[in-house]
Amino acid sequence: MSTPFYVSPQQAMADRAEYARKGIARGRSVVVLQYTDGVVFVAENPSRALHKVSEIYDRIAFAAVGKYNEFENLRIGGVRYADLRGYTYDRDDVTARGLANVYAQTLGTIFSSAAEKPYEVELIVAEVGAGPEDDQIYRLPHDGSIVDEHGSVAVGGNADQISSYLDQRHRDGMTLAEALKLAVESLTRDNNGGERTLTAEQLEVAVLDRTRPQQRKFKRLLGRQLSRLLDGGTAPADSEETEADTDESDSTEG
Amino acid sequence: MEANTRSTGRLPAAFLTPGSSSFMDFLGAHSPQLLPGNRPLPPAGAIEAPHGTTIVAASFPGGVVLAGDRRATMGNVIAQRDIEKVFPADEYSAVGIAGTAGLAVEMVKLFQLELEHFEKVEGVQLSLEGKANRLSTMIRGNLGMAMQGLAVVPLFAGWDVDRQKGRIFSYDVTGGRSEEHGFAATGSGSVFARGSLKKLFRENLTESQTTTLVVQALYDAADDDSATGGPDLARRIYPIVTVITDEGFRKLTEAQCSEIVRAIHDRRLEEPDGPRAALL
Repeated sequence: MSTPFYVSPQQAMADRAEYARKGIARGRSVVVLQYTDGVVFVAENPSRALHKVSEIYDRIAFAAVGKYNEFENLRIGGVRYADLRGYTYDRDDVTARGLANVYAQTLGTIFSSAAEKPYEVELIVAEVGAGPEDDQIYRLPHDGSIVDEHGSVAVGGNADQISSYLDQRHRDGMTLAEALKLAVESLTRDNNGGERTLTAEQLEVAVLDRTRPQQRKFKRLLGRQLSRLLDGGTAPADSEETEADTDESDSTEG
Repeated sequence: MEANTRSTGRLPAAFLTPGSSSFMDFLGAHSPQLLPGNRPLPPAGAIEAPHGTTIVAASFPGGVVLAGDRRATMGNVIAQRDIEKVFPADEYSAVGIAGTAGLAVEMVKLFQLELEHFEKVEGVQLSLEGKANRLSTMIRGNLGMAMQGLAVVPLFAGWDVDRQKGRIFSYDVTGGRSEEHGFAATGSGSVFARGSLKKLFRENLTESQTTTLVVQALYDAADDDSATGGPDLARRIYPIVTVITDEGFRKLTEAQCSEIVRAIHDRRLEEPDGPRAALL
């Protein structure tokens, strides 16, 4: 009776992975897309205070889904890592690659340690470069692996379906309004094929904008600015494409 | 010390400990040797190190102006003639430093990071009072050095987002902090600069008048204090002038500074002592 059951390592890992995946799948999704001037993060998040998308450093931002206390802990760890590295060396020496590495090691160690429960989180770390070809996006699943992503990526509850939707439609050189429109469309698609509508109040949107004159490229899009971009992007969705183009160019000016 | 030199490569415990939004607290827990205050003091006896000199600030109805001269001295030698001693602390505040240049620059770097770190972790900026208090703590941490002759005495100015006005804080070497109303000066030329500010300052100046006012004060400081550098027209080295309003921090361009300096210089060719205040 006191002898523990034998569980094969494969089974143990599969169980842990299953546990983490289920936790992640409960939450709403976050999508990250490249556009001409940077990277846009869009999350379905009614809270104005509990963020899923945050700034890490000058050119680096973070998005996460899953258990809030766990990814918040990792986010603060990342901010501390980046600030310490920048303080010790130079601001240019803080890179998304380095940060993604540290996150992967941390998640991997926790995942395979029998003493800890696996983190139910999936992270995205993105860095905006001098041009679109220099942008970096890393996806970090719960088990400590790193996936180098290009163009678009989705994590969270409905990630597979959203990813394939984005993969088919995302292209290089999209404007912010176009990318935002696509991101919102992808998030509004339900598991069972239905569509919901998402208003500006239900969305958390932030960009890493390489054209920003400040050293810190991260910016949240809030309130009227977001509504304007969304209106410009979503209103002509059911009309013909030429009309959509003109409306989007209007909205990017504003 | 570096996160990824640990055996497993995962973030060490200090990185994931919840609770503190302060970078200095984190540094104290994780790598205390990096905190300026934790270093062993140099042996007693004067150390020759470059010193920065005069910083002036003045507020106007829409904001506050912080400016500094460009000279660093080491004893009677000019160590550097184009040093920059006024820095943005964050979007809505700036800090100007007088005293030991090397320590001061490090203090500013840590102060900037402290504000940025708090903002990123908490998602909101510190209040202006909070920022001023953090700087106070940092100066107090340098007291040991100050007693060896390596003091750092900054001037802090910022736009108070809550009260919608520009505010100025001055410090002493022990970290004592006092809010100044209207104008303030620190550094070796501050006595002369303050005299000048006192006679020229008025409550209702515009932004451009206030920038002229602070350059006048620096001009007067350089006139009587050998450690303060006047505008160097030949080398095009002008004071650093920064303005903080509700739109945030802005540093005047070289062309804008040059314009102010030249206007003052031209007037002073006729009146070397500068503008006269009324006798009564």
